[in-house]
Amino acid sequence: MTAPANVTFRIRRYDPATQQPPAWEDVTLPYTHGMTVLDGLRTIKETRAATLAWRSSCRMGVCGSCGMFINGHPRLACNTQITELGTSLVTVAPLPNFAIIRDLVPDLRPMFDAHAALMPHIIREDTTEMYEPTGEYFQNPHELEQFLQFTYCIKCGCCMAACPTVATDPAYSGPMPLAQSHRYNADSRDGGFHARKQVLATERGPWKCHYAGECSQACPKGVDPARAIQIMKRQLVFDYLRLYKQPCPSKVVAKPTEIKRRADVPEAPAATI
Amino acid sequence: MRDQRLWTWHVLAGLVILVFLGLHMAIMHLDVLLGIFNPGDPHPIAWANVVARAKTGFFTFSYIVLLGAALFHGLYGFRNILFELGPGPGVKRAANLVLTVGGLGLFVFGAWAAWAAGTLARTL
Repeated sequence: MTAPANVTFRIRRYDPATQQPPAWEDVTLPYTHGMTVLDGLRTIKETRAATLAWRSSCRMGVCGSCGMFINGHPRLACNTQITELGTSLVTVAPLPNFAIIRDLVPDLRPMFDAHAALMPHIIREDTTEMYEPTGEYFQNPHELEQFLQFTYCIKCGCCMAACPTVATDPAYSGPMPLAQSHRYNADSRDGGFHARKQVLATERGPWKCHYAGECSQACPKGVDPARAIQIMKRQLVFDYLRLYKQPCPSKVVAKPTEIKRRADVPEAPAATI
Repeated sequence: MRDQRLWTWHVLAGLVILVFLGLHMAIMHLDVLLGIFNPGDPHPIAWANVVARAKTGFFTFSYIVLLGAALFHGLYGFRNILFELGPGPGVKRAANLVLTVGGLGLFVFGAWAAWAAGTLARTL
């Protein structure tokens, strides 16, 4: 799309102090080259509406703070160019499926509570080795590939906002916590499947997923939570039938004592600071 | 753990339905060509064919298994739809009770009907 001369931001405002229901507010700005939705919001805050509230930090699609409902889709405001929306009218609302704290700030606590309940960390029996390592947990590239894409999740909540089951069932953990649970279940260094199963096998587990696939469509980092949920369902069914056995967590191997540089890899440049 | 158990049985019931409903479809729509299960008449619901099938223990068994699988599969799915409407814990407990008792009642009645039909057919 060619860049518009002006962009109208239709922003959903809400201030809990006023006891008024959320309302739309229109602000028109001149388009500047390379303008993102977050750039527009910053300009509006600096010039038109000083009380406008949202979350953002890195401005480069890494921190996951600026998830918003932009033109009917959950997106990162910093990652969304005005030109890619194909219109000069940009509607911006807080992520659906969350309570609103203020303006564009959703209350993400239920998502992070569900995330924490699913123990998103390496669980092993050799805790001494974990905290005072004598070597490295071995992992080959194929084992890494089993969970690598799920490590790209930035916990922005876009998948939760897109999920029709999260919209209707408060007991459902949602795509982000479930995908992160699978990320650790699929990690060859982890031995925590049975610990996580205490939550996954209940109504907070993956059972209510309709496989709408909206979570995977919405993810700004290209993660596929729907795939993680289906794999997890299969593992849990096989586990019930006593046909699934989580592989033993990978063994500790000695740290390499001698590093040989490959001839085709150039030296790193000298440090500047 | 209950949801893991119920989901697994839901999947297994779906597989059972696939097999026995497939058999039903084959009997009703393909057996003019196959000629395996309808010995009396080319038409699958002709009286002679119905009696011939009901006399065999295999068909009595298949009717009862299909009935159980279909009831469980359908009622579990219906329960999921109900629970997505966001009822409170009391309503959930009541729904579990009604669906379990109702499902068991329908299964007992249907199983008795299949058994009685087999018994009756063997006297003819």
